[in-house]
Amino acid sequence: MRITGLLLCGWLLSASCLAAIDPALLKPLAAEDSDAKIAAIVALAQATPEEALPVLKAFSDNSLAVVGERVVIVDGERVLDASSNVEIRPAPAAIETIGINNRVRRELSAALAALRLFSSERSVRWQAAQEVTLSAEVKMLPLLDKALAAESDPEIRTRLQLAHAQASLGSTDAAVRHAAVRTLGESSSPKVRQLLIPLTEKRGDNWVEPDSAVRAAAGTSIRSIEQRLAWADNLGRAFTGLSLGSILLLAALGLAITYGVMGVINMAHGELLMVGAYSAWAMQSVFRAYFPAALDWYLLAAIPVGFLAAALVGVLMERIVIRHLYGRPLETLLATWGISLFLMQVARTLFGAQNVEVANPVWMAGGIEVLPNLLLPWNRIIIVAFSIAVLVAMWAILNLSRLGMFVRAVTQNRPMAGCVGVPTGRIDTLAFGLGAGVAGLGGVALSQIANVGPDMGQGYIVDSFMVVVLGGVGQLAGAVWAALGLGVFTKFLEGWTGAVVAKIVVLVFIIIFIQKRPQGLFALKGRFVES
Amino acid sequence: MRTPLIVRLGRSFDARGWLLVGLFAAFALVAVPIMHLALPPENPLHLSTWFITLTGKILCYAIVAVAMDLIWGYGGILSLGHGLFFALGGYAFGMYLMRQIGRDGSYQSDLPDFMVFLDWQELPWFWAGSDSFLWVALLVLVVPALIAFVFGYFAFRSRIKGVYFSIITQALTYAAMLFFFRNETGFGGNNGFTDFKRILGYSITAPETRVVLFGLSALALLGTLLLARYLVTSKFGRVLTAIRDAESRVMFIGYHPLWYKLFVWTLSAMLCAIAGALYVPQVGIINPSEMSVANSIEIAIWVAVGGRGTLIGPVIGAFIVNLAKSWFTVSFPEYWLFFLGTLFVVSTLYLPQGVVGLWFTLRARWRPNSGDELAVAAKGAKA
Repeated sequence: MRITGLLLCGWLLSASCLAAIDPALLKPLAAEDSDAKIAAIVALAQATPEEALPVLKAFSDNSLAVVGERVVIVDGERVLDASSNVEIRPAPAAIETIGINNRVRRELSAALAALRLFSSERSVRWQAAQEVTLSAEVKMLPLLDKALAAESDPEIRTRLQLAHAQASLGSTDAAVRHAAVRTLGESSSPKVRQLLIPLTEKRGDNWVEPDSAVRAAAGTSIRSIEQRLAWADNLGRAFTGLSLGSILLLAALGLAITYGVMGVINMAHGELLMVGAYSAWAMQSVFRAYFPAALDWYLLAAIPVGFLAAALVGVLMERIVIRHLYGRPLETLLATWGISLFLMQVARTLFGAQNVEVANPVWMAGGIEVLPNLLLPWNRIIIVAFSIAVLVAMWAILNLSRLGMFVRAVTQNRPMAGCVGVPTGRIDTLAFGLGAGVAGLGGVALSQIANVGPDMGQGYIVDSFMVVVLGGVGQLAGAVWAALGLGVFTKFLEGWTGAVVAKIVVLVFIIIFIQKRPQGLFALKGRFVES
Repeated sequence: MRTPLIVRLGRSFDARGWLLVGLFAAFALVAVPIMHLALPPENPLHLSTWFITLTGKILCYAIVAVAMDLIWGYGGILSLGHGLFFALGGYAFGMYLMRQIGRDGSYQSDLPDFMVFLDWQELPWFWAGSDSFLWVALLVLVVPALIAFVFGYFAFRSRIKGVYFSIITQALTYAAMLFFFRNETGFGGNNGFTDFKRILGYSITAPETRVVLFGLSALALLGTLLLARYLVTSKFGRVLTAIRDAESRVMFIGYHPLWYKLFVWTLSAMLCAIAGALYVPQVGIINPSEMSVANSIEIAIWVAVGGRGTLIGPVIGAFIVNLAKSWFTVSFPEYWLFFLGTLFVVSTLYLPQGVVGLWFTLRARWRPNSGDELAVAAKGAKA
């Protein structure tokens, strides 16, 4: 109780009673010359870090002024004395604001960041430590020393040590520079690398860094940073590849059933994705209108809705058109293409030709920072997890459920399945509906990362077919490997060649691959004679 | 004893067939020029520029449709990559048209405008010789043929067929479209080639030039039809049809399907390229969207609507679909895709032989005794 009281008292005092700034320190702030101003800022920050903060803040807000000899802070209507932080009454008339140019402003913000290192809030200190790392200079060294001595949080300490090392690079003492260079070698930030590179270079005939030991240490540090950077880069690429792969997988999984298992070429597959994506948009609108409090959770409702909507469209397609074309794949291709044009125009008529806006829920924003240059966004992580969940569910339905058993039976031997009482016609409809519903789920996921519009399906149709064809017709495992392989391969290729060329190379690769292995990666074993 | 080629060509059609060919040629080469150039616009028989351009465009499409029919209707191979060959022919000829602009472009440079815009200093190597009409005409034929040959050789050698073949041709076209969309590729990127001024020194917008291009398209279509007719009635055509219906059996008899398929596939690609080269000067633009997936599938629907496995069917189909398209997109743009989509579904579900097949079925119903013609139509060899 007493301690709290003391703290409270201290806090109260800090607002009004930390009046210990020597006016002699403040006066040079009003100097005409920028250099003098900067010197004054540094001197002030070092002398009384805590008291200087409001003054410098006011300075950077253009509200520091002089009244005669006195430096004051203008706070709206009130005028405070800068050294004592006490309001001057009556407010003086002749106030002259102290101007600052960009150079002074830069120094000021660096000094402010440095001063915030002494804040009692951990988050403010953390933020400040990050800012300081960006702009550490040799004249901030004493301040950083002080901050390091006062800091107890290990994370912030590491940051500060980095900033300290960065600032020490400008020191005139070779030993200090040497130690700094070695400390910096433990960083994994591209900015530190940029900082070290000049040390190993020559400017004219002279080395930028005169001491050869420091130069060598800088070289070692750069290499170790680069190693860490490359590692993080590759990790990041592998992750974006994985996420692209899971997107491809979601787009292609439905097709893996309708084409892979049933052998139906469904060119309207992309439009089934579109149905799913529009369901997400519709649920968002419904939630916005009726349950605004739960708006963030519309996506959970969109999952069953997207599945059912796409499955319904799929069942109708199968009943009305596709069932009349079994055994005639080329005709199926054309008819389903016609359906896709039809569905596109329906979407355009109902929802307009423009893309609709589907917002990410708040819980999907942000990400995990694994390394300084590697941020894994939540929406990607969730999509990877979602695709795994859908995959597991599909596998379970196909392999564990009665429906799945019937589907496999009909695929393997239709007349025999019919003979033992499997309603083959209804199984076809259900299986197609299942494939369409899974495409709808893919569409819900795509709505979170891609544009939702009437034409969105067209962009996925070639990719989806590539995944299924590459993986081999007839089972899910092929599609999974093909999707992940294509995703990672594309992303690594993009690093060298750019996105478009990577896409072209991947397509050409698949075309060549299909020539070599027409049955795909995972061919069904057995004697399949063409009809 | 071998019959001379000219005699065999002559036997491709009966007397009525030759009469129709002659009538068509006379209409396109004599009547149309007179009706467009000589008759004053007030005259009810005057043909407008709009008519000439539209019909000329559809004539080019009809060539593509016949080419598609050769490979699909007779060879049983559905290509979703014919848009690529059409566009390649168009691009090759477009290079010549771009060079013919000379210094009349917006930047008054020797280089095409888009290259000036990209700050290129000289023509890329593959533009070499593009100011020569003959060289470009050669390119129009050779480049698509070469691509088709190499692609077809590997695809048919691996015995890729059916839907697999359709899908990889689609992927090929899609990849090519992405490639042509890039500015660095050197074909004008997104915008492609446009703003043509001259062809062989003549103004490209002059009525006389239009009539000549129209006539050339008509002649090219006639030539395509004659060639196709000759091919499908020859022994080659019979083997091709046999491969379509039972490839394994043909192979066991001792034929090598690879070369038959490869020949007709390459020929089909070349015909498409010629159509593309005739199309570009009449329409005045070529850009990568010609290679879009949708365009290539639309070619298949012209053939399906007209009637696969007949030669006149694709021509009729190309006219029906494209006239409908130009009418819909002007009058009811929002219903065009509904119409086209329905056309795809209806023609595959209810018109397996297209309108030509429908015509023969109906005629057989009216005149039950002419059953032999129905049989011929069902076999799909009647032109």
